[in-house]
Amino acid sequence: MSRGTVKVNEPTLSGWGLVPVPGRERRSEDLERLTEDAVLCRGLGRSYGDSSLPPPGHLDVAATPLADRLLAFDPRTGVLRAEAGLSLLHLNRLMLPRGFYGPVTPGTQIITLGGMVAADVHGKNHHVAGSFGRHVRALRLRVASGTILTCSREHEPDLFRATLGGMGLTGHILDVEFQLERVPSPWIRSESRRVDDIDAFIEALEAARGTWPHTMGWIDCLSRGRHLGRGILYCGRWAQPDEVPGPLPAPPRRPSVPFLFPGWVVGRWSVRLFNAVNYHVHVPRVRRRLEHPETFFLPLDAIGHWNRMYGRRGFTQYQCVLPDSAGPGAARRFLDLLTQRGGASMLCVIKDCGEQGEGLLSFPRPGISVALDIPIRDDTQVLVDALNELVLTEGGRIYLAKDQFTRPEHFRAMEPRLDEWLRIRRRWDPEGRIRSRQFVRLLGDDL
Amino acid sequence: MNVVILGATKGMGRALARLMAARRDRLFLLGRNRSDLERSARDLEVRGGFESGSISSATCDLERPETFAPALEAAEAALGKLDTVVVTAGLFATQDALEGDLDLTRRLLDADFTASVLFCEHARRKLLATGGGTLCVFSSVAGERGRKPVALYGAAKAGLTRYLEALDHKHHLEGLKVVCVKPGFVKTGMTAGLQPPPFAGEPEAVARTVLRAIDRGAPVVYAPPVWALVMLVIRWLPRFVMRRLGF
Repeated sequence: MSRGTVKVNEPTLSGWGLVPVPGRERRSEDLERLTEDAVLCRGLGRSYGDSSLPPPGHLDVAATPLADRLLAFDPRTGVLRAEAGLSLLHLNRLMLPRGFYGPVTPGTQIITLGGMVAADVHGKNHHVAGSFGRHVRALRLRVASGTILTCSREHEPDLFRATLGGMGLTGHILDVEFQLERVPSPWIRSESRRVDDIDAFIEALEAARGTWPHTMGWIDCLSRGRHLGRGILYCGRWAQPDEVPGPLPAPPRRPSVPFLFPGWVVGRWSVRLFNAVNYHVHVPRVRRRLEHPETFFLPLDAIGHWNRMYGRRGFTQYQCVLPDSAGPGAARRFLDLLTQRGGASMLCVIKDCGEQGEGLLSFPRPGISVALDIPIRDDTQVLVDALNELVLTEGGRIYLAKDQFTRPEHFRAMEPRLDEWLRIRRRWDPEGRIRSRQFVRLLGDDL
Repeated sequence: MNVVILGATKGMGRALARLMAARRDRLFLLGRNRSDLERSARDLEVRGGFESGSISSATCDLERPETFAPALEAAEAALGKLDTVVVTAGLFATQDALEGDLDLTRRLLDADFTASVLFCEHARRKLLATGGGTLCVFSSVAGERGRKPVALYGAAKAGLTRYLEALDHKHHLEGLKVVCVKPGFVKTGMTAGLQPPPFAGEPEAVARTVLRAIDRGAPVVYAPPVWALVMLVIRWLPRFVMRRLGF
């Protein structure tokens, strides 16, 4: 995975973490033709690690974003069918004025429907709405043999379950049919509050889940001792028509990070400063407001190419879920380990997860999910190994859409569902034609 | 506005059709592939809030001029009077690919010049017969100067540009507005394998510029607009400079 393997003048491709490997996107509006001999599909490249990158020995991945047609929409039921390259951003901007919104909004909406299925993404409403797969009704796939078929809960249910969260490895996703959420107004009624430490945070999340459909916390993960895990809890719900000030304003213009910053910009002291300021400027303790869904759901999309802040070496994101069975102290043990190891993270997000979905490799399960950005340094592998060992002890697992460093033995030990998924995949792709760099890293090349 | 678009399923045609559907223009789609046309029609219906099945289409292939007349007949039958005919269809290949393949060269020259002009002649007659209208055709900045990387493609587009210029002069008083679009580099499927240069445009933004030009009846439009400046410089570069430059 090191940069040293890239030859001069060879085209490169990277995930959102900006660690390049040899690779190239082939783009076309014609997804059927594009996937005829493709080794992998890639959407908007927002997965952080190597999930959307070609396996060693291959250069081309099929890029789907030009395949972005809506194919059917029923305004009475909110059921929508569209090509896999359609972005959630376009979909939401088109549907919000009609009273509908994506059923699940992850931390960015610059993602494609195909990617949302492949990673079985979740959002701030996971504790009530589950992950995206719960809202998917049918998928049109090109499986490895070249055949195009439709799978759903009724038709080829095994393939359907293996594809939700299957990282695009069970077949190329061509069309997605799913249920949109009907919203009472295009505004979000939100509340944010400062929380003093990690134990209070877990309690606050627990308390909020009954009253708020959308919850999420930001943690200052450099504070230690009695401030360990202090941060801000964000809660929201769709506003009722009688509370809103009027029709929705145009979405705000977005500044962009124009070039790669030098590596020292995101360092120990700048992160500490950022975190402290972010925490202390939140006055009063509790703030309530009415806001645009994009500012509530997608604060990170406000700055284009924010990944460039991490400089030439890039970064990785580490996200794990610590199950309820590990007890309420698990998050504290995780943060203790992180601060001991000096993992400086600009962004640390905490969220309670609801029921596990049908997807066989789907990430969320009941418990606490923690996500953090880690700038890549010489010791990143050691840090990820240590975090993974703790997560294994707690009985948790990691999120493939973020991962670039997990070792095969750790992943296998975290995933008791893996054998069933592999069995289904082998049935549909006995020669292992569809592969990603991540797949080869975690599961080898001889399947 | 009643609009016919040749090339509506892909690239710039798709982007332009979406803007028109969003403001509820009545559309008729022309393209090569029937199922592709159907999918695009559904897309535009959902975007424009039209009833399902209300946007129709017909097959029409720039490389088969015998399909032109029936396709425009079908459009007229579906829409009634045609107000605007848009041509975004065309072939593109890199100079390297063309130099190694004379058949491909012939196909490209035929499609981008001869067949494009023939289609415009059919459309011109239809529009003039009903009192005029707008004919909007996508040529290219590649036709502005003879340049090394677009020697063949540029030649065909240069010819097309000159034809459109003359058409505008000849029929302007009869109510025919000719809009010659000269797109710079736009990030569509057509340019998928190429490295985008500075000032490369996104299809949606470019389509907005083109739609404004159609509404105004501007005879020539560069899109993105910055290409008007770029081409102004390139048009005035002396021959000895052009010869040394890489483009």
